[in-house]
Amino acid sequence: MTTTPLDRVVIRFAGDSGDGMQLTGDRFTADAAALGNDFATLPNFPAEIRAPQGTIAGVSSFQLHFAGDDILTPGDRPDVLVAMNPASLKANIGDLRRDGLLIVDIHDFTKRNLAKVGYHSDPLTDGSLEDHELHAVDLTGLSVAAVAEFGLGRKDAARSKNMVALGVLTWLYSRPVDATIEFLEKKFAAQPAIRDANRAAYLAGYHYGETTEDFTVRYEVKPAPLAPGTYRQITGNKAMALGLMAGAATANLPLFLGAYPITPASDVLHELSRHKNHGVMTFQAEDEIAAIGAAMGASYAGHLGVTVTSGPGMALKSEFISLALMLEQPLVIVDVQRAGPSTGMPTKTEQADLLQSFFGRHGEAPVPILAARSAGDCFDVAVEATRIALIYRTPVIVLSDGYLANGSEPWSVPDLAALPAIEVNFATAPNSPDGKFLPYLRDGNLARALAVPGTPGLENRIGGIEKADGTGNVSYDPANHEHMVKLRQAKVDGIADSIPDLVVDDPSGEADVLVIGWGSTWGPIGATARRVRRKGRTVATVHLRHLNPFPSNLGDILRSYRRVIAPEMNLGQLALLLRAKYLVDVESYSRVRGLPISPSEFEADLTAIIDGKDTP
Amino acid sequence: MTATHPSPGLARVPLSLTPTNRKEFVSDQEVRWCPGCGDYAVLAAFQTLMPKLGIRRENTVIVSGIGCSSRFPYYMDTYGLHSIHGRAPSIATGLALARPDLAVWVVTGDGDALSIGGNHLIHALRRNTNITILLFNNRIYGLTKGQHSPTSETGKVTKSSPVGSVDNPFNPVKLALGAEATFVARSLDSDRAHLTEVMTRAVQHRGASLVEIYQNCPIFNDGVFDGLKDVDSPAIIPLRHGEPIVFAGGTRTVVREPRSGQLSVVATDEVSDRHVVVHDEASDDVAQAMAVASLTDSHGLTQSPIGIFRAVDRPVHDDEARAQVHMPTAENRIRDLQTLVTGHDTWTTPAGTTAPAAAGNVNGNPTSTKTHPQEKHHGLTS
Repeated sequence: MTTTPLDRVVIRFAGDSGDGMQLTGDRFTADAAALGNDFATLPNFPAEIRAPQGTIAGVSSFQLHFAGDDILTPGDRPDVLVAMNPASLKANIGDLRRDGLLIVDIHDFTKRNLAKVGYHSDPLTDGSLEDHELHAVDLTGLSVAAVAEFGLGRKDAARSKNMVALGVLTWLYSRPVDATIEFLEKKFAAQPAIRDANRAAYLAGYHYGETTEDFTVRYEVKPAPLAPGTYRQITGNKAMALGLMAGAATANLPLFLGAYPITPASDVLHELSRHKNHGVMTFQAEDEIAAIGAAMGASYAGHLGVTVTSGPGMALKSEFISLALMLEQPLVIVDVQRAGPSTGMPTKTEQADLLQSFFGRHGEAPVPILAARSAGDCFDVAVEATRIALIYRTPVIVLSDGYLANGSEPWSVPDLAALPAIEVNFATAPNSPDGKFLPYLRDGNLARALAVPGTPGLENRIGGIEKADGTGNVSYDPANHEHMVKLRQAKVDGIADSIPDLVVDDPSGEADVLVIGWGSTWGPIGATARRVRRKGRTVATVHLRHLNPFPSNLGDILRSYRRVIAPEMNLGQLALLLRAKYLVDVESYSRVRGLPISPSEFEADLTAIIDGKDTP
Repeated sequence: MTATHPSPGLARVPLSLTPTNRKEFVSDQEVRWCPGCGDYAVLAAFQTLMPKLGIRRENTVIVSGIGCSSRFPYYMDTYGLHSIHGRAPSIATGLALARPDLAVWVVTGDGDALSIGGNHLIHALRRNTNITILLFNNRIYGLTKGQHSPTSETGKVTKSSPVGSVDNPFNPVKLALGAEATFVARSLDSDRAHLTEVMTRAVQHRGASLVEIYQNCPIFNDGVFDGLKDVDSPAIIPLRHGEPIVFAGGTRTVVREPRSGQLSVVATDEVSDRHVVVHDEASDDVAQAMAVASLTDSHGLTQSPIGIFRAVDRPVHDDEARAQVHMPTAENRIRDLQTLVTGHDTWTTPAGTTAPAAAGNVNGNPTSTKTHPQEKHHGLTS
């Protein structure tokens, strides 16, 4: 048996919703992390908790890209597909690379199950899979046989088939088994029979790989040369939760989260709810509006008020966001975007809430907007949102999306002591010469004076009605309103002075095509640029974290290129904004399939653009 | 240690070091309600009540929604937040959760609390968050110039119901009792002594308190409470804890029907004493309070119980929530968070080297003899 070194592998585990594919993928990812591989993951599952068994609609998959050098995306075409039933084969086979490795659990390949998903003949025998290296294995049978001694019912015995699959792959990619065994022992410590069954099934899969003559070669993916440091695996939602905690801690304020359950944002609520011993208070409200309302109340009380939601919840919160910006009250609003409109596709990703974030309010209502580019980046963006909200006394919208929320990557653990402190400076004394407190008197950042209830002598009334500059008293004066509208805009525009200039990535220094992105397209854009450059072409890329206001040097950058391409998982929302603001002919590259943009597809299109061979 | 108020509702609110007076609670803003509006009477009663409570002015927060009554916070020299339509209870909930040292009031109206904000009202009451809600019920939309409200009687003719409203009105007290609110009362703008007493009891109650205040709108709904204006009006059924429910100068009595258990009103001289209902605001069972509230004629107001329907103790939402939260000391906070951020499963990449990970066999023994620079840690990495 030879062991072949590989640079990178994309594996997709696919099965029925109840087959444990997410767990299997998570385990394989944890091993990749432990072995020092770089990785990126893409869980993909139906919104229904238990979709009808054996149907295409019920297929759940987990894709993992791991490599011996650094990578940016979960990959598009898998090298390996593990299909646990006919439905998952049918739903995923089209993506498998030619000559790709295909491991199929044959147990469910009955006439009835095949017919259910529209197979008229058995694909395992009709020759339709001959482009791939097919390994048809009775994983379920192996599972049942392996766990026979533990006295489980047949149904439970078959349930360990995902562990058999994991065992086979563990062997195939030359990995040690101890970490997964340790994991199983911990996870099922209270259920010895389940624990032993899973361990037996896992080892049965491993031994199957070793003893069968089916596989002629093993593979090994070497560790990636990540920058020196301490790493952990992290998902976007977890990083977001930790970032909000870090932001509150550096500002020395208690953290208050008001939230209403919504996919794919709920895990931020779950994560923060676990950390009450870190001073985090979470409140599951009666609806999206009350969630931001309670966060608003806590913010007024002197806490860091945060609410977390997805697109439909953003729509409901818009009146409260307007109130927060009128009150000039700090508030962080996280939108983990999903495919819309309306209910859309709750478990699928999209980045089509950008214009909603910009303009989804009545009146002139500017709100700072930030977007995270990767799972780990959610942490940094949450800290930055906290800074802007507290320093400028404003609601801030943070955009993540379903891909970042559930996907994971290696993350260099930050040193919290190195984070700069956020100076909130609540008012403690009257601020006008006559000894009064004027809540709308401003500092150099145009941020107003904030007095927290309980502060004697600074009692004041604020509200959603237009207020006189300085005093904050109700005012219907025309000139004052115009002044205040412009002031609120100027305050948000002024944030640009506190954010670093954009840096263009162009190793050649000679590119005349610029690709500009925001949010989670960072990975696909970076991967595409590498492929294009590897083939001898030049391309420049730049990525936006701050979307409102834009960094000060953005206009100059946009005007320096022959063509500017904006790939987005929407119909060109950033492109619209850039064209309007900078009068540059930004071209939209749009994909709205509920999945990240495919680097191989984008590579072909971008190459044509660079070569001037694209058809407009 | 700062002295706090002796009542449960204000138990963690610090007392003022020096006595306060009514004037200190009056803000410098000109009151802009219509002449003759019932809101003036409520504001006056409130401004008189506040110094008597003795709590610090700066520890009082009044949150309101939208509507005539919701301008209330502007006229009180305390902390105040005039928010958006119907949402004041949600803001108050966040405030109460965050700060037990504040007396949190919600001022709202029938449209604000019962129509656009109905959801927040019932959930605040069901949770029993320590807030006091004053619901000004004038049975009409005033600020939008006279449309029928969720408490308007069926058949109400307004600009939006020119041939009469076909809606059935809410009885706010029954709605609150249905949510199992722990303190529910009704009073009138015209009876200052009673209103002051009920508001005092409400704020001293720990948990969510709802006070429905019948309030006259002289412009769009003038006189709808005239039948209740006189303290001795035969339409008022006064509720006094532990006393038989009798009214109309003692001529009318509330009795329980032996068969159905329902309450009804009869002439006093027609009943024997044993059937007369004795008011019990402290009953755990919400049924009696609900039955008493059902004596309200929500259409013509020919009859309405006034007083405290229910005042019971139940675990308080914000107290329970805070008891679950532990804030580390400032110096431990970042340290604890660093442990959490680092997690239990880290690996370290040393500077300048990479090497293949060892592939292990089933027993976990490395099959490679190369050095293994990828150290796997459990717990905090130094």
